[in-house]
Amino acid sequence: MGGRGPVSSAQTFVDLLAGRRDAATLAPRDWDGVIGVARSETMLATLAHRLKDSALPPTVAALFADQRAAAAVARQQALWEAEMARRALAPLGIEFVLLKGAAYAAADMACAAGRQIGDLDILVSEPDIRRAENALLKAGWEWVKADPYDDFYYREHMHELPPLIHKARDRMIDVHHTILPRTHRITPDALALMSDAVKRPDGFAVLNPADMACHCAAHLLADGDLQGGLRNLWDFHLMTRDFAAADAGFWGKLDARAELHGLRAAVRRAARLARDLYGSVLPSGWDGQDGSDVWYRRRLLARDDWGRVTRLLLEQAFYIRSHWLRMPPAMLAKHLWTKWRKKP
Amino acid sequence: MRHSTRIAVGPVQFRIGSDWAAPIAALDRLYAGYPQDEARPADATVRLFAARPWRRWLRPSVHIGGDFVVPDALPLPLSMGLLAAEMGMNLQVALGWRRHMLLHASAVAKDGRALIMSGESGSGKSTLAALLGEGDWRLMGDEFTLIDPASGDALAFPRAVSLKNEAIAAVAARVDVARLGPLLAGTPKGDIRHLIPRADAIAAMHEPARPALLLFPRFGGEASIEPMGEGEAFVRLTEASTNYVALGEAGFAALTRLVRETPAFGISYPDGAAGIALVEQLWADAAR
Repeated sequence: MGGRGPVSSAQTFVDLLAGRRDAATLAPRDWDGVIGVARSETMLATLAHRLKDSALPPTVAALFADQRAAAAVARQQALWEAEMARRALAPLGIEFVLLKGAAYAAADMACAAGRQIGDLDILVSEPDIRRAENALLKAGWEWVKADPYDDFYYREHMHELPPLIHKARDRMIDVHHTILPRTHRITPDALALMSDAVKRPDGFAVLNPADMACHCAAHLLADGDLQGGLRNLWDFHLMTRDFAAADAGFWGKLDARAELHGLRAAVRRAARLARDLYGSVLPSGWDGQDGSDVWYRRRLLARDDWGRVTRLLLEQAFYIRSHWLRMPPAMLAKHLWTKWRKKP
Repeated sequence: MRHSTRIAVGPVQFRIGSDWAAPIAALDRLYAGYPQDEARPADATVRLFAARPWRRWLRPSVHIGGDFVVPDALPLPLSMGLLAAEMGMNLQVALGWRRHMLLHASAVAKDGRALIMSGESGSGKSTLAALLGEGDWRLMGDEFTLIDPASGDALAFPRAVSLKNEAIAAVAARVDVARLGPLLAGTPKGDIRHLIPRADAIAAMHEPARPALLLFPRFGGEASIEPMGEGEAFVRLTEASTNYVALGEAGFAALTRLVRETPAFGISYPDGAAGIALVEQLWADAAR
């Protein structure tokens, strides 16, 4: 297992995105591994956009053109889902904020170019959550999770409703009332996220720049096992670059906001990792080193030429860490016990 | 991965990796006559792997993975490794290919014009295509037909034909045994034996053909022909397409054009010979 030769495919992929490596220097068969890694990270269309003007083997150029076209359709479909949610919620006066992929697309951000958008993620204020649920059910969304324990678990402990799928369009919506599970060690200020959101000219609201970067870092480092981490980190790299270019005080605001949400460590680490992997330029005070970052870098780059996860122990460790952060030990034990007993 | 090979079928370049030698050797034999460009990067990756290291030897079972994975897909025993490879290749195309509209349909061509046959598995579309391909037709594919949204042309995907159950004997009687793969008995899809398409069909795999006739065959019952309206053909083909929704407006335009410009019929037939006769009769009218 592992990439042959001195530079792994995952490293080459990251170097291409960062602009440290010229696509013309790749041997034809180097593309196998790079494309394999990019697909595994659901970032092939992102890479296709990044290398739009590069010299590529003709078949790679054709594959990348396919990816860009497909991403444009997917983006349109994702924004249509957002519009459908608005039509369901607006008549009842329920305000919502778009999160993640749909928000980046609605705000036409650099990281939206080719970005995979899975479910529609929206944030509503907690007092509105019941009404939002009913409005969506009336508008044709249906429950996915039939399991009573899973349903209970979502409602009691998670930061979102159990996922809903629209019966005609087969698209999923995640309705959040905050950005981390209720049981998480960190409790972001959900009220501030909602009330300081930015209304766009098209009527959609998105988080303000500092909150958006906080959420991105939380999603990357506080709420999961770093699956899909390269993509979230790429989002973080591009959005902080552009926010800082538009507002010289951005990094200071980000610091203050991260402090408010309890996400200072996550935001700082995301910034360092973005610098290490994608070459983000950080302000003084942010530009330090942290010995434990090496484990995160290794985890983020743990893919071989065939797109498989390598370093299985490290993967397992990050999986356990994600649960450890999400819930107190006694509750974790009870949860894992219930899940284990229900295993078929 | 320990063992790997590269195969180009129509416009798709595959790379297939495996924890075992046998499936790769079987693929290399079936695809030996296909054009190969060693320097061409792969569009799609298939992985055949053991879920646990010891399962490479102990009751070896082949999991199918790659760029796209179907969660909860059941593994196959190593004796069916070739079927696993075929399923893996189909899966990557069905879920990953975006350049063309994919129809789950067989196709044959004559004089640069294509006959496209769509139907559920068991409809006999593969068998009819295989039989026609042994006559004076060019086999374009038994599983996928690709429609180019820009030109409206049909493109070939002539993978090794997957003959099933009774079709094995019907086709095997007519071809050189060197063109047949090993018999895979008792698979989840019944008995399977692969047929290597004729060399001329492989050589012509990049030549597009104009759709001239759409058929929706149904095996069994009296021989009959039923003209099909554009609306029904459209709906059936959306169901037969794995990427119609993902293509958005381009898919809608391509499919609308296909059903508007191509006469469509449902046919029923009691046996292969009757099926061929119906096809030739409809083709004579359509090609006029």
